[in-house]
Amino acid sequence: MPSDPGAGQVVRRQESMSRRVLRRFSRHRLAVVGAVVILILALVAIFAPVVAGRDPYRQDYSALKEPPSREHILGTDALGRDVWARLVYATRVSLSVGLVAVAIYTLIGTILGSIAGYYGGAVDAVIMRMTDIVMCFPLLIIIITVVALVGASLFNIMAVIGLIAWPGICRLVRGQFLSLREQDFVMAAHCLGVPSRRMIGSHLLPNCVGPITVAATFGMAGAILTEASLSFLGLGVPPPEPSWGQMLTEAQKLSVLAGMPWLWVPPGVMIALTVLCVNFVGDGLRDALDPQARVG
Amino acid sequence: MGKYILRRTLISIPVLIGITLITFALIHLAPGDPVTGMIDPTLGDFNPEMVERERVKLGLDRPLPVQYAMWLGRVLRGDLGYSMINSRPVGEMVGERIGSTLQLTIAALFLSILVGLPLGVLSAVKQYSVLDYLTTLFSFAAVSVPGFFLSLGLIYIFALQLKWLPTSGMRTLGQDPTLFDYLKHMIMPVTVLAVSTIAPLARYARSSMLEVLSQPYVNTARAKGLREWAAIMRHAFPNALLPLVTVIGLRLPGLFAGSVIVEQIFHWQGMGTLNIWAVMNQDYTTLMGLNMIAAILVLVANQVADVAYAMVDPRIRYD
Repeated sequence: MPSDPGAGQVVRRQESMSRRVLRRFSRHRLAVVGAVVILILALVAIFAPVVAGRDPYRQDYSALKEPPSREHILGTDALGRDVWARLVYATRVSLSVGLVAVAIYTLIGTILGSIAGYYGGAVDAVIMRMTDIVMCFPLLIIIITVVALVGASLFNIMAVIGLIAWPGICRLVRGQFLSLREQDFVMAAHCLGVPSRRMIGSHLLPNCVGPITVAATFGMAGAILTEASLSFLGLGVPPPEPSWGQMLTEAQKLSVLAGMPWLWVPPGVMIALTVLCVNFVGDGLRDALDPQARVG
Repeated sequence: MGKYILRRTLISIPVLIGITLITFALIHLAPGDPVTGMIDPTLGDFNPEMVERERVKLGLDRPLPVQYAMWLGRVLRGDLGYSMINSRPVGEMVGERIGSTLQLTIAALFLSILVGLPLGVLSAVKQYSVLDYLTTLFSFAAVSVPGFFLSLGLIYIFALQLKWLPTSGMRTLGQDPTLFDYLKHMIMPVTVLAVSTIAPLARYARSSMLEVLSQPYVNTARAKGLREWAAIMRHAFPNALLPLVTVIGLRLPGLFAGSVIVEQIFHWQGMGTLNIWAVMNQDYTTLMGLNMIAAILVLVANQVADVAYAMVDPRIRYD
């Protein structure tokens, strides 16, 4: 509400954080482009049947390994399935694994990290040793082991990535808490007798939302790549569910690699494009959310 | 310095124990009877009495903590169990292949340092130049393109179209093995592995260098009359290197994971291909052995990186 404190001057209301973040984000052209592309991909995933136009599971034995034609825009694969349709439907797998896996491990990592950072002492030491241990296991190797144990399915993959990739976020949140703990407002809240849960939930965590969001965004890029790698190795979402990584497995045969680029180049490009855009968005978010960046 | 190394080694012991605990837990989560993977096949036929005897000898009828202790004792003596598929000792199978994997990984590490470091430093020195812009673009692309896609693309271009390099394998069949031949086979897998590390290394080098370049002592060096090049290389650069040791250490698990895919595509007989083979055949013993060895390698590498950091940064040692 404009008020007149003096000679007819307007007092501007302080800009809300989301407004400011959005404004700074929109300065980054690449980040905005990335966000738009992700949005388009999300729409493609949701409206896959419309975008694809045909059934990705239908095997047409009369048209095996056909090059692109008017009938099949990107040709057909070894089982006569339309490549374009499979490409479109695979968007669902990649995006959903990316989102869900990251959501899981961000939750776990944030909870553990805040406990470790807030309480310190023995609890902190135990949680930090746990992160050290889990971080020693290369992600892909332990994932394929677990997939060998419990079998491959969309849910399993999301859960496994979620349950193993949390150390990064845990350390991040803990680090944030450690530096925030020294600040005056924490001491003030403590003096006022704010209970621990409220301290963590209402005072400390909201200040961490920025770095957590950025880490989660970059994490999503990693999760998409991990899912693609798993599917490429044949350990991802089981067929006939299409996945970009799985569409590239055939290309290990030289005949496909050399002679049928329509089978493997589009899915590879799609993975790279999606991950690139997520990375752009993450980069833009990082600059937009950085409290120490120049104002404006 | 010796005290620091000792302290670091002591700290890593709980982590080591944790690694073994997780591996042990995974072994027992595997379907089937773990005893079959632990019996020495040279002892003869697997009849029920013999299996029972072995079960008692291996302590598999005892409570879990005792089992863990006995299993750990065997591991420390090098007995990682026997493959469920071909009955060979796991330690032996991994031992055959670990050299090949390490060749790829270490070469990739060197390559990424050789390329990433100068790129990052130059980007910082010539900030906002064309080089800086291109390096940033390249960094984004490098972390976004999946390793297997890059591998396939490289094979397509360099092996199939240009015919400069072999498509896969570790040596050319029918020819005498020479170093040059081996190197030709190594180029593409090592490049793909290195690419995933060059990008973050270049970025960290750039930001670290930028931070150092804004320090007052760099200005002092210039004011002293040092040529720009001398000021940068002798004063700024060594200090910028410090955080990079940690960065390199953190990339190691990623290199091992990447080698699984790269080895598979390029038919490189290392731990990665063994891993895939074990998964495909559900050879749990081998899988557990591989996991544990990979984790231990990462742990050792991280400790080495920490010690190296302490060697270059004396401030750390006196904490």
